[in-house]
Amino acid sequence: MLELKELCFKKDNKMILNHINLTLEDNKFYCITGPNGSGKSTLAKIIMGLNKPTSGHILYNGKDITNLSIDKRANLGIGFAFQTPVTFKGLTIYDILKIATKKELTKKEACAILSKVGLCAKEYIDRELNKSLSGGELKRIEIATIIAKNPHISIFDEPEAGIDLWSFKYLTDIFKEFNVEKKGITIVISHQERIFLLADEIILLENGTIKEKGTKESLKKYLNTTCPKGGKNESNR
Amino acid sequence: MNQTDKNLLNEISPTLNEAEVYNIRKNGESIARQVNSYVSIIPKEDKSGLDIYVKENTLFGIIHIPVIITKSGLKETVYNDFHIGKNANVIILAGCGIHSDEDKMTAHDGIHRFFLEENAKVKYVEKHFGNGKGKKRNLNPTTEIIMKKSSTMNMDSTQIKGVDNTIRITNATLEENATLEISEKILTSGNEQAKTEFNVTLNGENASVHVTSRSVAENNSFQEFKSSIIGNTKCYAHVECDAIIKDNGMVKAIPEIYAKNIDANLIHEAAIGKIAGDELNKLMSLGLNESEAEEVIIKGFLK
Ligand SMILES: Nc1ncnc2c1ncn2[C@@H]1O[C@H](COP(=O)(O)OP(=O)(O)OP(=O)(O)O)[C@@H](O)[C@H]1O
Ligand SMILES: [Mg+2]
Repeated sequence: MLELKELCFKKDNKMILNHINLTLEDNKFYCITGPNGSGKSTLAKIIMGLNKPTSGHILYNGKDITNLSIDKRANLGIGFAFQTPVTFKGLTIYDILKIATKKELTKKEACAILSKVGLCAKEYIDRELNKSLSGGELKRIEIATIIAKNPHISIFDEPEAGIDLWSFKYLTDIFKEFNVEKKGITIVISHQERIFLLADEIILLENGTIKEKGTKESLKKYLNTTCPKGGKNESNR
Repeated sequence: MNQTDKNLLNEISPTLNEAEVYNIRKNGESIARQVNSYVSIIPKEDKSGLDIYVKENTLFGIIHIPVIITKSGLKETVYNDFHIGKNANVIILAGCGIHSDEDKMTAHDGIHRFFLEENAKVKYVEKHFGNGKGKKRNLNPTTEIIMKKSSTMNMDSTQIKGVDNTIRITNATLEENATLEISEKILTSGNEQAKTEFNVTLNGENASVHVTSRSVAENNSFQEFKSSIIGNTKCYAHVECDAIIKDNGMVKAIPEIYAKNIDANLIHEAAIGKIAGDELNKLMSLGLNESEAEEVIIKGFLK
């Protein structure tokens, strides 16, 4: 169980997250949505430890992890697929998957993980994880690192962005399977209705606050207006 | 050869095996040499060094020219000339390993000249390595490369820690369709200083040069990267200097590209900075602690 208590994040005198209170339970699939700039990625980064909250607490299974470093949280079982995948000079895709699993990983096993995200493993496994890879390829590899890590809490920040329509269906299947298999907490930040359909609960963020938390049905009135395109200015509030 | 010798040799020439052409130099003298019908090695008479001749059309020749120094206080300058015949294709592995336990200045200055005939192809790998308790290990390699029509040279140099002072100078002249690729990797630590300088003149049409330098300067070390490329005709040059600084490490990059012809296309890129925060974050979010993450990034960067 993950509890966020009175979380605030302030930057340059701007309240980016404003008193967030949220309890996420095991064995559930959550979707966080909301307009661009509403604070979704910031919230995810705070859970992973990439950002420190200005105030408030994060409890993981009752333990206060607010001041734990990124790696300590990772080793407790939290994983995060970045919205913008990070590239490296000199690290191969196989290298990063080996780091993610934290144990011996055969090429065959690594290939199996890559196949899950729809990459033809043989062509990629020894490639460098650098900017020569396409946006969609990088996104898939980012997802693969989380599948390899297999954390208890998995957070995916807009995993569908840049992934073509045909593969998108495939991707939703992965999330479904991922969630069922591992009995952990899956959090997907998304603007896509297809992802909402998978979720047990949808959390709608707006201006750094939780506007609504509920099932797809209960959020319908907001979703049709503010969310699908994601843009603040496109909403007809 | 004792164990120290073998260890040094293994650092700089791990693939040396009996069947190939080689010349091993230890503490100022050649101690072992082997040649074959394609490659001859002739000691110079007027100064220390070798003339290495590779016959025309030699295919897949492999030549090892390692130098090891275990005598603290030895200072030497060695002149090796490589004459690569038409259409020959060789791999040359050179390097210098110094083990010194005393604080006497120990230095090896290798002056290597490469003469590539038409269509010759050379892969040149150079490794520099220093260890032992003593201080003041200096290595100053100078490389001159003269490339005839359509020849290709690929030069790889690596220096990972242990050398207090290095000044590395590489000069090259390229005729038409010649291709030169240089890749260097340097890691300096402690108070080490390393300077590298590349001077390349592109004289022939469609000549091209690609220089990639990746370096890491940690502790209080200092590095200087200087490159000067002159394009006299329709030609192409790409110089990339990429450096990571840690602690109080300092890196200075001095780019100079000089196009003397309307069709010369010369590019210089230089980037210096500390390890990217998002790279550390990503690896830490996969469970590595900060120093493990740093190590992975640097190891990959210098791979
Ligand atoms: N380090 C920072 N410094 C200043 N402003 C920041 C910082 N991080 C985030 N912000 C601001 O906080 C707000 C929330 O950003 P965040 O990335 O969390 O939005 P988001 O909901 O993920 O948006 P998107 O849908 O576009 O990904 C934005 O207005 C952003 O500009
Ligand atoms: Mg975001």
